[in-house]
Amino acid sequence: MNRRDALSRVALILGGTIIGAEAFLSGCKNTSHPKSLADAFSLDNIAFLDEVGETILPTTASSPGAKDAKIGEFMKTIVTDCYEPKDQNTFVEGIGKLNDASKAKFSKDFMDLSAQQKHDLLVDLDKEAKDYNKKRKEGDPNHYFAMMKQLTVWGYFTSEPGATKALRYVPVPGRYEGCIPYKKGDKAWAL
Amino acid sequence: MAADTLHINSGGVAQNTYDAIVIGSGISGGWAAKELCEHGLKTLVLERGRDVKHIKDYPTATMSPWEFKHRGRMPYEFAKANPLITEAAGFGEETEHFFIKDADHPYVQEKPFEWIRGYQVGGKSLIWGRACPRWSPYEFINPAKYGYGIDWPIGYNDVAPWYSYVEGFAGISGNNDGLEAMPDGNYLPAFDFNCVEKEVKKRISAKYPDRHMIQGRWAHLSQPKDIHIKQGRGQCQVRDMCMRGCPFGGYFSSNSSTLPWAAKTGNLTVRPFSVVHSIIYDDKKGKATGVRIIDTNTKQQTDYFARIIFCNASALNSNLILLNSTSNRFPNGLGNDNGLLGKYVCFQNYRGAVGGRIEGFEDKYYYGRRPSESMMANFRNIKQHDMDFVGGYMAFIDINRNRGIRNSDEQIGAGFKEAMGEAGEWGAYMYMQGETIPKESNQVYLDKDKKDQWGIPLLTMNVGYDDNDVKMLHDFLTEGQAMLDAAGVKDIYTIDNNWAPGRDIHEMGGCRMGKDPKTSLLNGFNQLHQCKNVFVTDGACMTSTANQSPSILYMALTARAVDYVVKSGPL
Repeated sequence: MNRRDALSRVALILGGTIIGAEAFLSGCKNTSHPKSLADAFSLDNIAFLDEVGETILPTTASSPGAKDAKIGEFMKTIVTDCYEPKDQNTFVEGIGKLNDASKAKFSKDFMDLSAQQKHDLLVDLDKEAKDYNKKRKEGDPNHYFAMMKQLTVWGYFTSEPGATKALRYVPVPGRYEGCIPYKKGDKAWAL
Repeated sequence: MAADTLHINSGGVAQNTYDAIVIGSGISGGWAAKELCEHGLKTLVLERGRDVKHIKDYPTATMSPWEFKHRGRMPYEFAKANPLITEAAGFGEETEHFFIKDADHPYVQEKPFEWIRGYQVGGKSLIWGRACPRWSPYEFINPAKYGYGIDWPIGYNDVAPWYSYVEGFAGISGNNDGLEAMPDGNYLPAFDFNCVEKEVKKRISAKYPDRHMIQGRWAHLSQPKDIHIKQGRGQCQVRDMCMRGCPFGGYFSSNSSTLPWAAKTGNLTVRPFSVVHSIIYDDKKGKATGVRIIDTNTKQQTDYFARIIFCNASALNSNLILLNSTSNRFPNGLGNDNGLLGKYVCFQNYRGAVGGRIEGFEDKYYYGRRPSESMMANFRNIKQHDMDFVGGYMAFIDINRNRGIRNSDEQIGAGFKEAMGEAGEWGAYMYMQGETIPKESNQVYLDKDKKDQWGIPLLTMNVGYDDNDVKMLHDFLTEGQAMLDAAGVKDIYTIDNNWAPGRDIHEMGGCRMGKDPKTSLLNGFNQLHQCKNVFVTDGACMTSTANQSPSILYMALTARAVDYVVKSGPL
């Protein structure tokens, strides 16, 4: 058993990810306003978070989008394992809040919006999060959309499709050259 | 199993006897082992942690970012259970296996002290910072001259040939810049500056002719020589993933260099899982005869014997071992007649940093991830004491280009993705490494009651900052800002991290060298004044800290002490 297997087994024992239970929960509960981590990361909601990520970093002619980087799964892993409980709650509630914002603006669930509508909604939420952060005092919770955006950017550019297609990935440079030309539009180094 | 255990014990003196024992396999222990073995001495290296074999035991060395479950971040539950080690420089999902877990190795904090440890064969040489500047002659003299320390028993000229010796073998990249405050050495070619660093250096020199920003002197094989190839090491591949262990042997560690070299002689035995309880002193013979260990797995106690003992357990653990090595002759710890063992502990002052962004180089970039930083040599209190604080500081300078244009017009969507995939702003960051004052009140001692899982008393830390450190910090922040301003850096910020001492991972002293047995524990060859066959050549031996990074000096002092042992005949 290698280390990563060991880690996922530990997560299994601790109830972080219980395959089966998840499907069961998503089958019998309304997951649009999840109350727990298991609810929040139901298969439906991972698809929802994939869509949020894809709207932030969409597929383009030059590189794949966040959905290709399995961004919903990535958010699940980080929020479940690395976030403190207070931030986990903010994130979980954020899924419902984002969908509510969609209904308020377009009278539709987020998943039913057109790509352009999704884009417009997230532009609003991005502005809302930035305004919130400007006024934010110490001890105030994080803004859920700031979390989703940060996780999307981090997860995408460290994923295989993001690092190798949207950036220049050179695992073994072999030498250092201190000064080379750069022109606008050139991709940055992944590492 | 019982038979095995019995066998270890009844193996007796003959089976457990070596010519020399080295306690610790880190950066200085590895050197002691190499030098002793090369001189034909059967040498036992005792290491409290597990074995780590070069390449084979670097599980993350070639992993891509996406292969780490948390992309480098540690889980919340881990961080909560390990607040100390989680904050250590270089610690993360890529390197966690080379650091301790907090709960396994407790200690007592009379004052806040962050004791960062890496317990395995190779010790912290796997995860060190790798900066290798030399001390100048002034650092050996100034503490006594300006009244904040005692005389070193040695000077720069005693150490210089040994610096050259260890630099040659370890492989240090750097330029010979002809600076008095940071002497030239036996260096491999330096890495290049990037375009912005070149300009910043020029601008700082124009305004401050006596302040020298130079290419870092770093323990990397920029261009390996025959001696490095013979070690099985190759050229640094400029990956900047050093602390995972380097499969190319591109940087110096005990694991890649000194230990395999020592093993080739046939004279080396390494015993992992061996926490040292004490050094055994024989009252009748009037010298140390061996080392008592506890096997960390079986908790079995075993004695090993040798005529020469090198203590390289890391600065504070060497103090612990000596304090715990009591006998009729030395009731307060080995060699501790003057009661100063564990006192005059010092560290390096890393509290200050300054930084900002640089405009005007948007058409410039670099290739590769240089694993070193630029250095600024000390420019304070060198030939005279002219500040409101004593001692000097050097600085490290990082200038790199960020990934992603963060304030692009589009913040969601295709335009945002393109912007975040481009090269962003250039940023400059400069942080200090300052000398601290060796003070009697900064001390470590054994707790009277509390013991670790092997029954060894816990070490108590009573080490704090001095007003002098704060004055030096303020001077660095003022001068750092002024230099970055002169270099054209914008939006300059300053940081006082106010870390607890220890997070610098440059703790030193407690068993200091000196001319006078009344005021020091070790003589000019790192030999206990009162127990001549015990040598301490790790950070514990330091009489003062200087401003320069200390590891390469520990290596030089170790090689020098072994040379002395070999030339002085039977002890």
